[in-house]
Amino acid sequence: MNDSPSLRTGFPLTFGLDTFGDVHSDENGTLKSHAQTIRNIVEQGVLADSVGIDFFGIGEHHTDDYPLSAGDLVLSAIAAQTRKIHLGSAVTVLSSDDPVRVFQRYSTLNALSSGRAEVILGRGSSIDSFPLFGYDLSDYEVLFEEKSELFAELLRGKPVTWTGTTRAALKDQDVVPHLEAEPFPTWIGVGGSPQSVVRAARHGYNLILAIIGGSPARFQPFSNLYLEALEHFERPAQPIGVHSMGHVAATDEQAQEEFWPRYLAVMKHVSKTRGFAIPTRESFKHEIGPHGSIYVGSPETVARKIAANLRVLHASRFQLKFGMTGLAHTAVMNNIELYGTKVIPLVREILGSES
Amino acid sequence: MTSPTSTITLPRIGILGAGHVGPAIGRVAIEAGYPVSIAGSGDPAKIALITQILVPGAKADWPAQVAAEADIVILAIPLHKFSTFDPSLVAGKVVVDLMNYWAPIDGTQQLFEDPRYGSSEIIQRHLSGSRVVKSFNHAGYHEIEAERRPAGSPDRLALGVAGDDREAVELVAALVENIGYDAVLLDSLHEGRILEPGGPVFGASLTKEQFAQVLTEKTAA
Repeated sequence: MNDSPSLRTGFPLTFGLDTFGDVHSDENGTLKSHAQTIRNIVEQGVLADSVGIDFFGIGEHHTDDYPLSAGDLVLSAIAAQTRKIHLGSAVTVLSSDDPVRVFQRYSTLNALSSGRAEVILGRGSSIDSFPLFGYDLSDYEVLFEEKSELFAELLRGKPVTWTGTTRAALKDQDVVPHLEAEPFPTWIGVGGSPQSVVRAARHGYNLILAIIGGSPARFQPFSNLYLEALEHFERPAQPIGVHSMGHVAATDEQAQEEFWPRYLAVMKHVSKTRGFAIPTRESFKHEIGPHGSIYVGSPETVARKIAANLRVLHASRFQLKFGMTGLAHTAVMNNIELYGTKVIPLVREILGSES
Repeated sequence: MTSPTSTITLPRIGILGAGHVGPAIGRVAIEAGYPVSIAGSGDPAKIALITQILVPGAKADWPAQVAAEADIVILAIPLHKFSTFDPSLVAGKVVVDLMNYWAPIDGTQQLFEDPRYGSSEIIQRHLSGSRVVKSFNHAGYHEIEAERRPAGSPDRLALGVAGDDREAVELVAALVENIGYDAVLLDSLHEGRILEPGGPVFGASLTKEQFAQVLTEKTAA
């Protein structure tokens, strides 16, 4: 089989951790404050760097259980204490932000971190930012199309001329701080919209597949669509990434025992706002199995699953959404350490030996 | 496609919408042997790549053409665009409504904020010249391919099919069965409200027996 990630896309394997700013608990199960949660994330990012993880991402949210509304500030604190790890959003809800401001913030982070900033742009599947900033949800398509187009212009690093319906026009506008060298890597996060896949290719963005339910292999047509679309628009090859949630502990049993009650509590809460049925122990077992989208288990179990799915999706980047709300801080730190020291080397080994 | 006869007799599926859901349904319909046409919001050139890669074998066309040629129209547009949808496009057609209204996700839409009616009943009132059938809405579009099973498999899942016109309901039920699910028929669009978000069926993968159990409990309650 000549379809290992490095052969298909030619990009080196990279591994990341994503957080939505999930509020964690102390040893007695008491939830920590927003302020403490934010300070803990800095500690998590620094640990991630020290155990050799390539990327640390913070997803923009505006809710009581995910209080990371200004993730770029947290990333800059991590940047000041680290040397190698790349730092980025996962995702920036571009539809309800100003592309010029997003560029300015991440270009600043890129300067602070000496070229370690990345941005993942999303249309936004959780919608809390729309009413907060006065946007109409029914405009999400035009908002994302126009703003992702403008952001691609800004990344060229030259004065920008742009007109649209969703913000003021720009004429030969110099936007600072200037990029020092190459533009920072920018991805579009896609949850299932083929138009978003084609859009990513059209604007020359990398692609991240957000796989949060069901079989990861079903996303293979999206990877194929992206690669075909890049060719169609005569763009050079670009990397594909995968974002999914999970939790690593010493054994499968321990990982499941720690993760399942927290997952169930979160899904009960989410099902109220999304209208779907609450998961059962049985459906959870399926999701953490080979045909599901959640990566819970020992380093071996998780590494094998990551390797299999990177291969089938022609992907060279994996981002584990770690630290389900309510998990103990110690369990979260242990997960980060095992991911860096055990899981990542194992995935490299599995995929390296096949190519 | 099992025999030439089956391709001749199977009705043409016309899918309006090339977003999350449309291509997913188109793909499994083609694999079940149905001829499929698909339209995005306008020029078929814009969805040529998507059609070629995600729905191989389908014909991309203009919305009016897709609707005119179809025996079953699958309405897979974003719900907030329905208020500007032209009913004459699908007049005289069987229309499958697989859309959902759930204000916490979609934002409040006045058109669907009438507690007397389910969302598909409101769709039917606007598409008065069509026969609306509610189905596929309670299954995740991303699961529709992976969860297919041959008839008689113990783990074959069920999909509800609700409508006021018996012939239309049976046409859609056959599509459901041919794709790889057991069809559970509900007597009216009004009954179809049990399939909506927040209900006991939505997002729950149920076999025919489990589905029947839910219906019994609901009637008893």
